[in-house]
Amino acid sequence: MPADVAKATGLLFFAVVLQLSIMANVTILGGHPNFLLVTLVCVALLRGAVFGAVAGFWAGLLADTGVFGTLGFTALLLTVAGYWTGRYGETTGRDRAHAPVLSIAMITILYQIAALVLRFMLGQNAPAGAIFEGLPPTVLLNVLLTLPVYAFTRRLLRPREWAPREVRLLG
Amino acid sequence: MPRNRSVSAVLGSSVPRPRPEPFPSRNRSALRRRGVVVGLVVLSLILITISFRESSTGPLSGVQAAGATVLRPFEVAAERVARPFRDVYGYFAGLVHVKRENGRLKAEVNQLRQQAELGQSARAQNARLRDQLHFVDSPLFPSDYSAVNTRIIGWRSEFDDQVVIAAGRDHGIRQETPVVTSDGLVGSVTQVIGDSALVTLITDQSSAVQARDQNSGAFGLVRHGQGQGSLIVDRVTKDKQVTVGDVIVTAGTRSSKYPSLFPAGIPIGWVTSAGQSDTAPYKQIQIQPYVDFTSLDAVTALITSKKIPKAP
Repeated sequence: MPADVAKATGLLFFAVVLQLSIMANVTILGGHPNFLLVTLVCVALLRGAVFGAVAGFWAGLLADTGVFGTLGFTALLLTVAGYWTGRYGETTGRDRAHAPVLSIAMITILYQIAALVLRFMLGQNAPAGAIFEGLPPTVLLNVLLTLPVYAFTRRLLRPREWAPREVRLLG
Repeated sequence: MPRNRSVSAVLGSSVPRPRPEPFPSRNRSALRRRGVVVGLVVLSLILITISFRESSTGPLSGVQAAGATVLRPFEVAAERVARPFRDVYGYFAGLVHVKRENGRLKAEVNQLRQQAELGQSARAQNARLRDQLHFVDSPLFPSDYSAVNTRIIGWRSEFDDQVVIAAGRDHGIRQETPVVTSDGLVGSVTQVIGDSALVTLITDQSSAVQARDQNSGAFGLVRHGQGQGSLIVDRVTKDKQVTVGDVIVTAGTRSSKYPSLFPAGIPIGWVTSAGQSDTAPYKQIQIQPYVDFTSLDAVTALITSKKIPKAP
Protein backbone atom coordinates (compact mmCIF):
# COMPACT_ATOMS: atom_id res chain seq x y z
CA MET A 1 0.00 0.00 0.00
CA PRO A 2 2.69 2.63 0.83
CA ALA A 3 4.41 1.77 -2.45
CA ASP A 4 1.12 2.33 -4.28
CA VAL A 5 0.65 5.67 -2.54
CA ALA A 6 4.17 6.78 -3.49
CA LYS A 7 3.71 5.70 -7.13
CA ALA A 8 0.30 7.34 -7.44
CA THR A 9 1.59 10.54 -5.80
CA GLY A 10 4.48 10.74 -8.24
CA LEU A 11 2.27 10.00 -11.21
CA LEU A 12 -0.34 12.58 -10.25
CA PHE A 13 2.32 15.20 -9.50
CA PHE A 14 3.72 14.64 -12.99
CA ALA A 15 0.17 14.85 -14.40
CA VAL A 16 -0.48 18.15 -12.62
CA VAL A 17 2.76 19.71 -13.91
CA LEU A 18 2.12 18.46 -17.45
CA GLN A 19 -1.48 19.66 -17.39
CA LEU A 20 -0.66 23.16 -16.12
CA SER A 21 2.45 23.79 -18.21
CA ILE A 22 1.56 22.18 -21.51
CA MET A 23 -1.85 20.56 -21.89
CA ALA A 24 -3.91 23.52 -20.64
CA ASN A 25 -2.79 25.45 -23.70
CA VAL A 26 -3.39 22.64 -26.21
CA THR A 27 -6.48 23.02 -28.37
CA ILE A 28 -7.21 20.37 -30.98
CA LEU A 29 -10.37 20.66 -33.07
CA GLY A 30 -11.78 22.94 -30.40
CA GLY A 31 -11.24 20.41 -27.61
CA HIS A 32 -8.95 20.61 -24.59
CA PRO A 33 -7.45 17.28 -23.46
CA ASN A 34 -7.30 16.93 -19.68
CA PHE A 35 -4.32 14.76 -18.84
CA LEU A 36 -4.81 15.16 -15.11
CA LEU A 37 -8.42 13.94 -15.20
CA VAL A 38 -7.50 10.96 -17.37
CA THR A 39 -4.65 9.96 -15.05
CA LEU A 40 -6.86 10.27 -12.00
CA VAL A 41 -9.59 8.14 -13.54
CA CYS A 42 -7.06 5.42 -14.37
CA VAL A 43 -5.65 5.46 -10.82
CA ALA A 44 -9.12 5.38 -9.27
CA LEU A 45 -10.24 2.50 -11.49
CA LEU A 46 -7.27 0.44 -10.38
CA ARG A 47 -7.28 1.35 -6.70
CA GLY A 48 -10.89 1.99 -5.70
CA ALA A 49 -13.12 4.72 -4.36
CA VAL A 50 -11.29 5.87 -1.23
CA PHE A 51 -7.93 5.93 -2.95
CA GLY A 52 -9.50 7.73 -5.93
CA ALA A 53 -11.16 10.36 -3.75
CA VAL A 54 -8.01 11.10 -1.74
CA ALA A 55 -5.85 11.14 -4.89
CA GLY A 56 -8.34 13.48 -6.59
CA PHE A 57 -8.37 15.85 -3.63
CA TRP A 58 -4.57 15.96 -3.43
CA ALA A 59 -4.08 16.44 -7.18
CA GLY A 60 -6.82 19.06 -7.36
CA LEU A 61 -5.36 21.04 -4.49
CA LEU A 62 -1.95 20.99 -6.14
CA ALA A 63 -3.46 22.14 -9.45
CA ASP A 64 -5.29 24.97 -7.68
CA THR A 65 -2.11 26.23 -6.02
CA GLY A 66 -0.09 26.07 -9.24
CA VAL A 67 -2.20 28.53 -11.20
CA PHE A 68 -3.57 30.85 -8.49
CA GLY A 69 -6.99 29.21 -8.81
CA THR A 70 -9.76 29.27 -6.22
CA LEU A 71 -8.32 26.85 -3.67
CA GLY A 72 -10.56 23.78 -3.38
CA PHE A 73 -12.27 24.24 -6.75
CA THR A 74 -10.43 21.57 -8.73
CA ALA A 75 -9.98 19.55 -5.53
CA LEU A 76 -13.77 19.27 -5.11
CA LEU A 77 -14.36 18.22 -8.71
CA LEU A 78 -11.53 15.69 -8.77
CA THR A 79 -12.51 14.24 -5.37
CA VAL A 80 -15.97 13.43 -6.65
CA ALA A 81 -14.58 12.21 -10.00
CA GLY A 82 -12.06 9.95 -8.24
CA TYR A 83 -14.66 8.57 -5.85
CA TRP A 84 -17.24 7.85 -8.54
CA THR A 85 -14.73 6.19 -10.86
CA GLY A 86 -13.26 4.16 -8.03
CA ARG A 87 -16.69 2.96 -6.99
CA TYR A 88 -17.48 2.04 -10.58
CA GLY A 89 -14.19 0.13 -10.77
CA GLU A 90 -15.00 -1.75 -7.58
CA THR A 91 -18.48 -2.77 -8.68
CA THR A 92 -19.97 -2.74 -12.18
CA GLY A 93 -16.80 -1.92 -14.04
CA ARG A 94 -14.68 -4.58 -12.39
CA ASP A 95 -12.71 -6.61 -14.97
CA ARG A 96 -14.54 -4.93 -17.84
CA ALA A 97 -12.27 -4.04 -20.74
CA HIS A 98 -14.36 -1.02 -21.70
CA ALA A 99 -14.44 0.41 -18.16
CA PRO A 100 -11.61 2.98 -18.62
CA VAL A 101 -12.96 4.34 -21.88
CA LEU A 102 -16.56 4.44 -20.69
CA SER A 103 -15.73 6.04 -17.37
CA ILE A 104 -13.46 8.71 -18.88
CA ALA A 105 -16.14 9.63 -21.43
CA MET A 106 -18.77 9.96 -18.70
CA ILE A 107 -16.46 11.71 -16.23
CA THR A 108 -15.30 14.21 -18.86
CA ILE A 109 -18.86 15.27 -19.60
CA LEU A 110 -19.85 15.43 -15.93
CA TYR A 111 -16.61 17.22 -14.99
CA GLN A 112 -17.11 19.93 -17.59
CA ILE A 113 -20.73 20.49 -16.63
CA ALA A 114 -19.95 20.48 -12.90
CA ALA A 115 -17.08 22.95 -13.44
CA LEU A 116 -19.39 25.18 -15.43
CA VAL A 117 -22.09 25.13 -12.74
CA LEU A 118 -19.58 25.72 -9.95
CA ARG A 119 -18.02 28.65 -11.79
CA PHE A 120 -21.46 30.10 -12.44
CA MET A 121 -22.29 29.79 -8.75
CA LEU A 122 -19.03 31.52 -7.81
CA GLY A 123 -19.79 34.34 -10.23
CA GLN A 124 -16.84 33.52 -12.47
CA ASN A 125 -16.66 33.38 -16.23
CA ALA A 126 -18.80 30.40 -17.35
CA PRO A 127 -19.03 30.30 -21.16
CA ALA A 128 -21.58 27.51 -21.53
CA GLY A 129 -21.77 27.76 -25.34
CA ALA A 130 -18.02 27.41 -25.83
CA ILE A 131 -17.82 24.54 -23.36
CA PHE A 132 -20.66 22.56 -24.94
CA GLU A 133 -19.24 23.17 -28.41
CA GLY A 134 -15.87 21.87 -27.29
CA LEU A 135 -17.30 18.93 -25.36
CA PRO A 136 -17.38 16.25 -28.13
CA PRO A 137 -13.74 16.81 -29.21
CA THR A 138 -12.66 17.02 -25.57
CA VAL A 139 -14.31 13.66 -24.85
CA LEU A 140 -12.68 12.18 -27.94
CA LEU A 141 -9.23 13.49 -27.01
CA ASN A 142 -9.54 12.27 -23.44
CA VAL A 143 -10.65 8.83 -24.64
CA LEU A 144 -7.62 8.70 -26.97
CA LEU A 145 -5.37 9.72 -24.09
CA THR A 146 -6.91 7.03 -21.87
CA LEU A 147 -5.48 4.14 -23.88
CA PRO A 148 -1.76 4.83 -23.30
CA VAL A 149 -2.29 6.37 -19.87
CA TYR A 150 -4.32 3.41 -18.62
CA ALA A 151 -1.77 0.94 -20.02
CA PHE A 152 1.03 2.81 -18.24
CA THR A 153 -0.90 3.21 -14.98
CA ARG A 154 -1.78 -0.49 -15.06
CA ARG A 155 1.90 -1.37 -15.31
CA LEU A 156 2.70 1.00 -12.48
CA LEU A 157 -0.15 0.00 -10.19
CA ARG A 158 -0.89 -3.68 -10.71
CA PRO A 159 -4.63 -4.40 -10.65
CA ARG A 160 -5.73 -5.39 -7.20
CA GLU A 161 -7.19 -8.83 -6.60
CA TRP A 162 -10.57 -7.81 -5.28
CA ALA A 163 -11.84 -10.00 -2.42
CA PRO A 164 -14.77 -12.20 -3.50
CA ARG A 165 -18.08 -10.86 -2.40
CA GLU A 166 -19.39 -12.27 0.83
CA VAL A 167 -22.64 -14.17 0.20
CA ARG A 168 -24.79 -15.56 2.93
CA LEU A 169 -27.75 -17.74 2.13
CA LEU A 170 -30.93 -16.93 3.90
CA GLY A 171 -32.64 -19.63 5.95
CA MET B 1 -37.31 -43.61 8.50
CA PRO B 2 -40.37 -42.35 6.65
CA ARG B 3 -40.49 -38.67 5.80
CA ASN B 4 -43.80 -37.19 6.90
CA ARG B 5 -43.09 -33.49 6.29
CA SER B 6 -45.42 -31.90 3.83
CA VAL B 7 -44.86 -28.59 2.01
CA SER B 8 -47.74 -26.94 3.85
CA ALA B 9 -46.34 -28.07 7.15
CA VAL B 10 -43.00 -26.44 6.41
CA LEU B 11 -44.42 -23.16 5.05
CA GLY B 12 -47.00 -22.93 7.77
CA SER B 13 -44.59 -23.50 10.59
CA SER B 14 -44.15 -20.66 12.99
CA VAL B 15 -40.58 -21.49 13.85
CA PRO B 16 -38.84 -18.16 14.44
CA ARG B 17 -35.93 -17.64 12.10
CA PRO B 18 -32.89 -15.79 13.29
CA ARG B 19 -32.60 -12.27 11.83
CA PRO B 20 -29.78 -12.12 9.31
CA GLU B 21 -26.88 -10.25 10.84
CA PRO B 22 -25.36 -7.44 8.85
CA PHE B 23 -21.88 -8.07 7.47
CA PRO B 24 -19.72 -6.10 9.84
CA SER B 25 -16.73 -5.80 7.48
CA ARG B 26 -18.83 -4.52 4.57
CA ASN B 27 -20.70 -2.04 6.71
CA ARG B 28 -17.53 -0.69 8.25
CA SER B 29 -15.89 -0.33 4.86
CA ALA B 30 -18.93 1.43 3.37
CA LEU B 31 -19.08 3.78 6.33
CA ARG B 32 -15.38 4.56 6.08
CA ARG B 33 -15.65 5.11 2.34
CA ARG B 34 -18.54 7.53 2.68
CA GLY B 35 -16.90 9.25 5.60
CA VAL B 36 -13.74 9.89 3.60
CA VAL B 37 -15.50 11.30 0.57
CA VAL B 38 -17.90 13.45 2.60
CA GLY B 39 -14.98 14.74 4.65
CA LEU B 40 -13.00 15.66 1.55
CA VAL B 41 -15.98 17.32 -0.12
CA VAL B 42 -16.70 19.38 3.00
CA LEU B 43 -13.02 20.31 3.25
CA SER B 44 -13.04 21.41 -0.41
CA LEU B 45 -16.12 23.53 0.17
CA ILE B 46 -14.53 25.16 3.21
CA LEU B 47 -11.39 25.90 1.18
CA ILE B 48 -13.45 27.37 -1.67
CA THR B 49 -15.36 29.57 0.75
CA ILE B 50 -12.25 30.86 2.51
CA SER B 51 -10.29 31.26 -0.72
CA PHE B 52 -13.19 33.10 -2.36
CA ARG B 53 -13.74 35.50 0.53
CA GLU B 54 -10.26 36.23 1.81
CA SER B 55 -8.06 39.04 0.56
CA SER B 56 -4.86 38.51 -1.41
CA THR B 57 -2.87 38.71 1.83
CA GLY B 58 -4.90 36.10 3.71
CA PRO B 59 -3.47 32.88 5.19
CA LEU B 60 -4.63 30.67 2.29
CA SER B 61 -2.85 32.94 -0.16
CA GLY B 62 0.35 32.19 1.71
CA VAL B 63 -0.29 28.47 1.34
CA GLN B 64 -1.05 28.97 -2.33
CA ALA B 65 2.12 31.01 -2.81
CA ALA B 66 4.14 28.24 -1.17
CA GLY B 67 2.52 25.64 -3.43
CA ALA B 68 3.17 27.74 -6.51
CA THR B 69 6.81 28.17 -5.49
CA VAL B 70 7.22 24.41 -5.12
CA LEU B 71 5.63 23.76 -8.51
CA ARG B 72 7.50 26.54 -10.32
CA PRO B 73 10.77 24.71 -11.13
CA PHE B 74 8.86 21.70 -12.43
CA GLU B 75 6.66 23.90 -14.59
CA VAL B 76 9.70 25.69 -15.99
CA ALA B 77 11.36 22.36 -16.75
CA ALA B 78 8.23 20.96 -18.42
CA GLU B 79 7.86 24.10 -20.50
CA ARG B 80 11.51 23.84 -21.64
CA VAL B 81 11.09 20.22 -22.61
CA ALA B 82 7.88 20.94 -24.51
CA ARG B 83 9.12 24.03 -26.32
CA PRO B 84 10.97 22.30 -29.21
CA PHE B 85 7.89 20.18 -29.94
CA ARG B 86 5.66 23.24 -29.77
CA ASP B 87 8.01 25.13 -32.07
CA VAL B 88 7.98 22.30 -34.63
CA TYR B 89 4.18 22.19 -34.50
CA GLY B 90 4.01 25.98 -34.81
CA TYR B 91 6.39 25.91 -37.77
CA PHE B 92 4.29 23.42 -39.73
CA ALA B 93 1.01 25.03 -38.69
CA GLY B 94 2.39 28.38 -39.89
CA LEU B 95 3.28 26.96 -43.31
CA VAL B 96 -0.42 26.49 -44.08
CA HIS B 97 -1.07 30.24 -44.02
CA VAL B 98 2.36 31.47 -44.99
CA LYS B 99 1.62 32.50 -48.61
CA ARG B 100 -1.46 34.52 -47.78
CA GLU B 101 0.24 36.08 -44.78
CA ASN B 102 3.29 36.98 -46.86
CA GLY B 103 1.14 39.00 -49.27
CA ARG B 104 -0.64 40.75 -46.45
CA LEU B 105 2.61 41.58 -44.68
CA LYS B 106 4.21 42.99 -47.83
CA ALA B 107 1.30 45.38 -48.27
CA GLU B 108 1.47 46.26 -44.59
CA VAL B 109 5.22 46.94 -44.74
CA ASN B 110 4.73 49.40 -47.61
CA GLN B 111 1.99 51.18 -45.74
CA LEU B 112 3.94 51.26 -42.48
CA ARG B 113 7.08 52.56 -44.19
CA GLN B 114 5.16 55.60 -45.37
CA GLN B 115 3.61 56.04 -41.94
CA ALA B 116 7.00 55.75 -40.23
CA GLU B 117 8.45 58.56 -42.34
CA LEU B 118 5.53 60.80 -41.44
CA GLY B 119 5.69 59.69 -37.83
CA GLN B 120 9.38 60.51 -37.44
CA SER B 121 8.92 64.13 -38.38
CA ALA B 122 5.78 64.37 -36.23
CA ARG B 123 7.63 62.89 -33.26
CA ALA B 124 10.47 65.37 -33.55
CA GLN B 125 7.99 68.22 -33.78
CA ASN B 126 6.06 66.85 -30.80
CA ALA B 127 9.19 66.64 -28.64
CA ARG B 128 10.15 70.19 -29.56
CA LEU B 129 6.69 71.52 -28.67
CA ARG B 130 6.61 69.60 -25.36
CA ASP B 131 9.92 71.14 -24.39
CA GLN B 132 8.67 74.61 -25.20
CA LEU B 133 5.50 74.09 -23.16
CA HIS B 134 7.27 72.35 -20.22
CA PHE B 135 4.59 69.70 -20.59
CA VAL B 136 3.99 67.40 -17.56
CA ASP B 137 2.87 63.95 -18.71
CA SER B 138 2.05 60.50 -17.33
CA PRO B 139 4.59 57.70 -18.04
CA LEU B 140 5.14 57.25 -21.76
CA PHE B 141 5.51 53.92 -23.51
CA PRO B 142 8.18 52.66 -24.07
CA SER B 143 10.65 55.33 -22.93
CA ASP B 144 9.49 55.56 -19.28
CA TYR B 145 9.26 51.82 -18.76
CA SER B 146 11.84 49.16 -18.06
CA ALA B 147 11.23 45.62 -19.23
CA VAL B 148 11.17 42.37 -17.28
CA ASN B 149 11.34 39.61 -19.88
CA THR B 150 9.94 36.37 -18.59
CA ARG B 151 8.59 32.99 -19.56
CA ILE B 152 5.07 31.61 -19.35
CA ILE B 153 5.08 28.57 -17.10
CA GLY B 154 1.41 27.72 -16.73
CA TRP B 155 -2.04 28.11 -18.22
CA ARG B 156 -5.00 28.28 -15.91
CA SER B 157 -7.86 26.54 -17.71
CA GLU B 158 -9.95 26.68 -20.83
CA PHE B 159 -12.45 28.83 -18.94
CA ASP B 160 -10.05 31.70 -18.29
CA ASP B 161 -7.55 33.48 -20.51
CA GLN B 162 -4.97 33.69 -17.76
CA VAL B 163 -1.33 32.60 -17.67
CA VAL B 164 1.29 32.22 -14.98
CA ILE B 165 4.64 33.91 -15.59
CA ALA B 166 8.00 33.05 -14.03
CA ALA B 167 8.63 36.52 -12.56
CA GLY B 168 6.97 38.15 -9.59
CA ARG B 169 7.31 40.71 -6.84
CA ASP B 170 11.02 39.96 -6.46
CA HIS B 171 11.54 41.24 -10.01
CA GLY B 172 9.62 44.45 -9.45
CA ILE B 173 6.29 43.26 -10.79
CA ARG B 174 3.21 44.61 -9.03
CA GLN B 175 -0.50 44.09 -9.39
CA GLU B 176 -1.81 45.80 -12.56
CA THR B 177 1.63 45.81 -14.23
CA PRO B 178 1.05 45.89 -18.02
CA VAL B 179 2.35 42.89 -19.96
CA VAL B 180 3.28 43.01 -23.65
CA THR B 181 5.23 41.18 -26.34
CA SER B 182 7.10 42.70 -29.26
CA ASP B 183 3.85 42.30 -31.22
CA GLY B 184 1.57 44.20 -28.87
CA LEU B 185 -0.50 44.23 -25.72
CA VAL B 186 -0.97 40.94 -23.84
CA GLY B 187 -2.74 41.85 -20.60
CA SER B 188 -2.04 42.88 -17.03
CA VAL B 189 -0.93 41.26 -13.80
CA THR B 190 -3.86 40.39 -11.53
CA GLN B 191 -2.13 38.40 -8.81
CA VAL B 192 1.49 38.37 -7.76
CA ILE B 193 3.75 36.51 -5.33
CA GLY B 194 7.53 36.47 -4.86
CA ASP B 195 8.67 34.64 -7.95
CA SER B 196 5.59 34.27 -10.15
CA ALA B 197 2.50 36.19 -11.16
CA LEU B 198 -0.86 35.64 -12.78
CA VAL B 199 -1.51 37.60 -15.97
CA THR B 200 -5.05 38.12 -17.24
CA LEU B 201 -5.01 38.36 -21.03
CA ILE B 202 -6.94 41.04 -22.87
CA THR B 203 -9.03 38.24 -24.43
CA ASP B 204 -10.41 37.29 -21.01
CA GLN B 205 -14.02 38.18 -20.33
CA SER B 206 -13.05 40.27 -17.33
CA SER B 207 -10.63 42.48 -19.33
CA ALA B 208 -11.39 45.85 -20.89
CA VAL B 209 -8.84 48.25 -22.36
CA GLN B 210 -9.36 51.88 -23.30
CA ALA B 211 -8.26 52.06 -26.92
CA ARG B 212 -7.91 54.48 -29.80
CA ASP B 213 -8.04 54.15 -33.56
CA GLN B 214 -4.67 55.48 -34.64
CA ASN B 215 -5.99 56.70 -37.99
CA SER B 216 -9.27 58.37 -37.08
CA GLY B 217 -8.64 59.04 -33.39
CA ALA B 218 -11.92 57.35 -32.40
CA PHE B 219 -11.92 56.11 -28.81
CA GLY B 220 -13.49 52.88 -27.61
CA LEU B 221 -13.21 49.96 -25.25
CA VAL B 222 -11.47 46.79 -26.42
CA ARG B 223 -12.98 43.72 -24.86
CA HIS B 224 -13.78 40.07 -25.40
CA GLY B 225 -15.87 39.25 -28.48
CA GLN B 226 -18.22 36.37 -29.25
CA GLY B 227 -15.74 33.71 -30.35
CA GLN B 228 -12.85 32.27 -28.40
CA GLY B 229 -9.97 34.75 -28.43
CA SER B 230 -11.78 37.34 -30.56
CA LEU B 231 -11.80 41.03 -29.66
CA ILE B 232 -14.18 43.88 -30.36
CA VAL B 233 -13.99 47.63 -29.96
CA ASP B 234 -17.06 48.71 -28.09
CA ARG B 235 -18.49 52.16 -27.36
CA VAL B 236 -17.38 53.80 -30.59
CA THR B 237 -20.06 56.28 -31.55
CA LYS B 238 -21.52 56.18 -35.05
CA ASP B 239 -20.18 59.58 -36.05
CA LYS B 240 -16.59 58.28 -35.93
CA GLN B 241 -14.86 56.91 -39.01
CA VAL B 242 -13.34 53.47 -38.53
CA THR B 243 -12.25 51.44 -41.54
CA VAL B 244 -10.90 47.94 -42.08
CA GLY B 245 -7.14 47.85 -41.56
CA ASP B 246 -7.04 50.68 -39.01
CA VAL B 247 -4.56 50.14 -36.20
CA ILE B 248 -5.95 50.08 -32.66
CA VAL B 249 -3.64 51.13 -29.83
CA THR B 250 -4.08 51.69 -26.11
CA ALA B 251 -5.51 55.11 -25.34
CA GLY B 252 -4.03 55.59 -21.87
CA THR B 253 -6.08 57.35 -19.23
CA ARG B 254 -8.93 59.41 -20.62
CA SER B 255 -11.15 59.68 -17.61
CA SER B 256 -9.83 60.69 -14.20
CA LYS B 257 -12.56 58.52 -12.70
CA TYR B 258 -11.33 55.38 -14.48
CA PRO B 259 -7.55 55.57 -14.93
CA SER B 260 -6.22 53.09 -17.49
CA LEU B 261 -3.77 50.40 -16.41
CA PHE B 262 -1.98 50.67 -19.73
CA PRO B 263 0.16 53.51 -21.05
CA ALA B 264 -0.94 55.05 -24.33
CA GLY B 265 0.38 53.82 -27.65
CA ILE B 266 0.75 50.06 -27.19
CA PRO B 267 -0.50 48.30 -30.36
CA ILE B 268 -3.45 45.98 -29.77
CA GLY B 269 -4.63 44.87 -33.22
CA TRP B 270 -6.08 45.91 -36.53
CA VAL B 271 -9.70 46.30 -37.58
CA THR B 272 -11.03 43.31 -39.52
CA SER B 273 -14.63 44.46 -39.83
CA ALA B 274 -16.50 47.65 -39.05
CA GLY B 275 -20.21 48.24 -39.40
CA GLN B 276 -23.25 49.72 -37.80
CA SER B 277 -26.95 49.05 -37.58
CA ASP B 278 -29.92 51.34 -37.09
CA THR B 279 -30.83 49.81 -33.76
CA ALA B 280 -27.40 49.54 -32.08
CA PRO B 281 -26.17 52.73 -30.40
CA TYR B 282 -22.50 52.08 -31.22
CA LYS B 283 -20.45 50.81 -34.14
CA GLN B 284 -19.76 47.08 -34.36
CA ILE B 285 -16.03 46.71 -34.77
CA GLN B 286 -14.05 43.50 -34.70
CA ILE B 287 -10.29 43.47 -34.43
CA GLN B 288 -7.57 40.91 -34.92
CA PRO B 289 -5.00 41.12 -32.11
CA TYR B 290 -1.34 41.42 -33.12
CA VAL B 291 -0.40 38.95 -30.42
CA ASP B 292 -1.00 35.29 -31.20
CA PHE B 293 -2.36 34.19 -27.84
CA THR B 294 -2.34 30.51 -28.78
CA SER B 295 1.44 30.34 -29.13
CA LEU B 296 2.45 32.71 -26.39
CA ASP B 297 5.61 31.54 -24.63
CA ALA B 298 7.51 34.63 -23.46
CA VAL B 299 6.27 38.07 -22.46
CA THR B 300 7.56 41.38 -21.15
CA ALA B 301 6.25 43.06 -18.00
CA LEU B 302 6.50 46.85 -18.14
CA ILE B 303 7.73 48.47 -14.96
CA THR B 304 7.87 52.18 -14.40
CA SER B 305 9.30 54.22 -11.58
CA LYS B 306 7.39 57.25 -12.74
CA LYS B 307 4.27 57.88 -10.70
CA ILE B 308 1.03 57.21 -12.54
CA PRO B 309 -1.29 60.16 -11.89
CA LYS B 310 -4.43 59.34 -9.95
CA ALA B 311 -7.62 61.31 -9.81
CA PRO B 312 -7.91 63.54 -6.71
